[in-house]
This record gives sequence, C-alpha cells and structure tokens, in this order.
Amino acid sequence: MQAVANNVFRALADPTRRAIFERLARDGEQTVHALTDHSGVSQPAVSKHLTVLKRAKLVRHRREGRETHYRAQPDALAPMVDWLQHYGAFWHDRFDRLENLLERMDK
Amino acid sequence: MTTTATSRTLVIEREMPHPQEKIWRALTEGKLIEEWLMKNDFQPVVGHRFSFRATPVPNWNGVIESEVLVVEPKSRLSYGWGTLGLESVVTWTLTPTEGGTHVRMEHSGFPSEEGANYKGAKYGWQKFISNMERVAGGLE
Repeated sequence: MQAVANNVFRALADPTRRAIFERLARDGEQTVHALTDHSGVSQPAVSKHLTVLKRAKLVRHRREGRETHYRAQPDALAPMVDWLQHYGAFWHDRFDRLENLLERMDK
Repeated sequence: MTTTATSRTLVIEREMPHPQEKIWRALTEGKLIEEWLMKNDFQPVVGHRFSFRATPVPNWNGVIESEVLVVEPKSRLSYGWGTLGLESVVTWTLTPTEGGTHVRMEHSGFPSEEGANYKGAKYGWQKFISNMERVAGGLE
C-alpha cells in the first residue's frame, strides 16, 4: 500500500478520530469547542486528534479570534477509496510469485 | 473487481497447470507461504491466530493480524486480514480442472459485522465509507 493511503488509514483507524472527521464532513466547519461538546472526550484530546487528522491532510483549520475552526477535506480520502486498487495490484503480484513457486516446487 | 454500496470484494481467478494438492501446500505451509506472500506463523487450524509480516514502511508496521477461519483440505481456505484498523477476509478456493487447478482468491474488504475489531466503537469502516461516499458525491 502506498504511504499516502497509510497516513489516511492510520489517522482514521481510531474511532474517536473517525467520528470527529465524519462530523466535520457532514456538518461543515466547526470550532474545537463545538467538536469537544459532541465527542465525549476532553478538549486536549480532541486537539490531539485534530493534529493527527491535519497531518493526514484530512482537515484544515483557520483561526478567528480565540477560536480555531476546523473543516474536513474529503478529497484526502481518495487514497482510501483506492484501497481495493492497491490490493488488486498487490494480489496480482502475489499470484505471479505463487506461480513461480509452483514451478520451482516441481524440481 | 466487484463493488456494491455495502461491501467491497476483490476477486482474482487464475487457472494454474498444477495439481490441487500442490497448490494447497503452497497456500498452507508456512515456509512456502513465505516464499510467495509474506513471513508468517500460519497453521492450517481453524481458530489459529497468526500474523503476516512485511517490511515495515513509514506509518505502517508491516504487520497483518490474522485468524484462520476455514480449512477444507485441498479446496477451501479462509483467513482474516487485519491491518491499520481495517478488518477484511481472504478466501481461497481450489477447483480441479482438466489441465490443473482453478484458483480463486476473494478479498472482502469490509465485513458486514460492524465495528467487530474496534472495542467500544459505535460503527465500523463500512458505515464510515458509505457516509464518506455520500459526502464526496455531494461535492461533485
């Protein structure tokens, strides 16, 4: 799998992070406070999750006064949607290797 | 490759000019598996938990967690394929043909059992992906 897809997968492997991302994607831009109210975890925890999402380019932020607003970048999901294509290439390659092995097993 | 709204499955099929028994060995003997797939501690025993290990890369430890789900000697083998929080299933089916064996591999990406591999998670990848596809679709 490609490194980009791995970043996205890793960022979204955590259910809380996935919920935060999903909420931003569904409801649009929100402040850290608003996200904290709905997430069931502390604000520092939400901020940490947002940092991971930001690194994976899944969210963008802007500051306005004392509040930081986050919004989703659903385009960043593209590598994940390509997941099966990555695996398609992977398995075709492994099938070739399997056939090579079978040839060698004859000898 | 087939894709539906609720599940995604990758299917690869090939006719191989080798007897079924021999292909079964390549699929189920640890040392042979390593030669074409990955390092592993596989045992052809239902319920056996094992892992495949690839070379780690940045952001991926190279480990695929697995459990043997089905062993029907010489004809069917199925195991879990869990990595990066995403649980999937790989199933091999061998069918004898005139010139050898028909090999079918099915990799089901998103099992219907929601969130089975996330303790405490309220939903799994399947729901997430379908939600995201809606969001992405709405953007276009």
